Amino acid sequence: MANLAAVVGIGQTKYMTKRTDVSIAGLLREAAFKALQDAELTWDDIDAVIIGKAPDMFEGVIMPEVYLTDALGCNGKPMLRVHTAGSVGGSTALVAASHVQSGTFKRVLTVAFEKQSESNAMWALSNAQPFSTHLNAGAGGYFAPIIREYMRRSKAPYDVGIKVAVKDRLHGARNPLAHLQKPDITMKEVEESFMLWDPIRFLESCPSSDGACAMVIANEELADKASKPPAWIRGVAMRSEPTMYAGREQVNPQAGRDCAADVYKQAGITDPRKDLDCAEVYVPFSWYEPMWLENLGFAPEGEGWKLTMEGATSLDEGGDIPWNCSGGVLSSNPIGASGMIRFAEAARQVRGDAGAHQVEGAKLALGHAYGGGAQFFAMWVVGAEKS
Amino acid sequence: MSDEQDVITGINAPVYLKYNFTAGAAPSRFLTQLKKGVLMGQRCPKCSAVYVPARGSCALCGVATEEDVQLSDKATVESFTIVSIPIPGNPIEPPFVVANLVLDGSNISLIHLLSECENSEVRIGQRVQGVWKPESEWDYSMNNIRYFKPIDEPDVPAEKIGKLPVTGWEG
Repeated sequence: MANLAAVVGIGQTKYMTKRTDVSIAGLLREAAFKALQDAELTWDDIDAVIIGKAPDMFEGVIMPEVYLTDALGCNGKPMLRVHTAGSVGGSTALVAASHVQSGTFKRVLTVAFEKQSESNAMWALSNAQPFSTHLNAGAGGYFAPIIREYMRRSKAPYDVGIKVAVKDRLHGARNPLAHLQKPDITMKEVEESFMLWDPIRFLESCPSSDGACAMVIANEELADKASKPPAWIRGVAMRSEPTMYAGREQVNPQAGRDCAADVYKQAGITDPRKDLDCAEVYVPFSWYEPMWLENLGFAPEGEGWKLTMEGATSLDEGGDIPWNCSGGVLSSNPIGASGMIRFAEAARQVRGDAGAHQVEGAKLALGHAYGGGAQFFAMWVVGAEKS
Repeated sequence: MSDEQDVITGINAPVYLKYNFTAGAAPSRFLTQLKKGVLMGQRCPKCSAVYVPARGSCALCGVATEEDVQLSDKATVESFTIVSIPIPGNPIEPPFVVANLVLDGSNISLIHLLSECENSEVRIGQRVQGVWKPESEWDYSMNNIRYFKPIDEPDVPAEKIGKLPVTGWEG
């Protein structure tokens, strides 16, 4: 049985299109330093640093961890880099947590980032492959046909994705760190926005952001002494599956269902909609909210969109299971950090430290990330109490 | 001399990448046949699923695929997207239709361009066929097929997509 561990410090940069005032190292250091401040700790209190980011070509800087060692106070300390495509922010947090849960280290700093303005992620995701035609149109081009298949199967109304796009931006308007600030966004505005990869519209897509997110994770003894309430890690799970195999369920991937079942079992969750107070789920394209509502067991297959349309996932509509109160990936997307932001925002909720997007009395929250061709999944459940 | 320094917020530093692709046994067979105008897949000895382009194993069963299966250039639209922005490094002008296509006789989709069609009429289950370049231009490349175009055959019901024999679909 793993030892208890908890999040005792969280630091995030303000997410925006371009952070031209700092280097990559400066960006990471800013988030890391804020996490240390939040935990009332210094670099000397950290035993190891676990860093994560998405593919190197997203900035064109190969093996950035090599040059980040000193900026992250790793001189003489263990440093480890994690990579699992878009889910990397989540899996990095889990690797960090496991180093504490195992007893290897007492207190670790974990940080994930992307500085999208330094290169072109769509280019990096659109490389020609030698056994295929060169038609890879970025992440949107990959996920659009899967969304279309979900729409066919579920017979969901055409405006479910539009509603999610509005809902998450209204949530984002409560969060001063969110990249997009659109407090006046309307369904009409989303519907009339440019169709990029039919059926995905411009405003149904995530932005390109610069940003970093960091957390300090400590063992039970140190977390008990923390100055602010810790977020206790109640369950951790990762799963992966191949991008392509015959009969692969792409709309509702098996790896996602298995990962959710595993993390719920550890946290004693039998009915996620009822047992959890809120969730931060990786939704880079709006239709992924109803799809993940089903994949994660919040709704029966084919009915996730009903929760969205009822307002169940909306803070503004008083929903019973608010999703992405921070504004989610649809409001901020520094890709490598996006998964860690989900994990950190879940922790903020149960620490009662989420400001204007706080779910009142939140005690148990899910953090979720996915990556690659919806093939890597990382999840954790955090709670205000130890058990 | 001024004491003021320019603030450098970015310099252009391009990265170029070329790589050699070692195809391995199964993709070599696929590419060699493709140069002759033949679409060759491979069958999994365990689950019988036919993969194209074959990568030498069935990712579901974790076993090697060795039996070659010659496939038709007719296919069914599994799903698709209409792309309205350019693809980096590809001169194609938007909007264009990129479809996930399942070749008759295979059980997995590949992506290719759909053309000679009304974009608004493309649909899941639609029947299409490859339009090949002239034989003199064939290379070790899926670009030997310029694009797929709709053909006059009844749509395949969604639940049958990916389950047709090599002989195709009679409706």
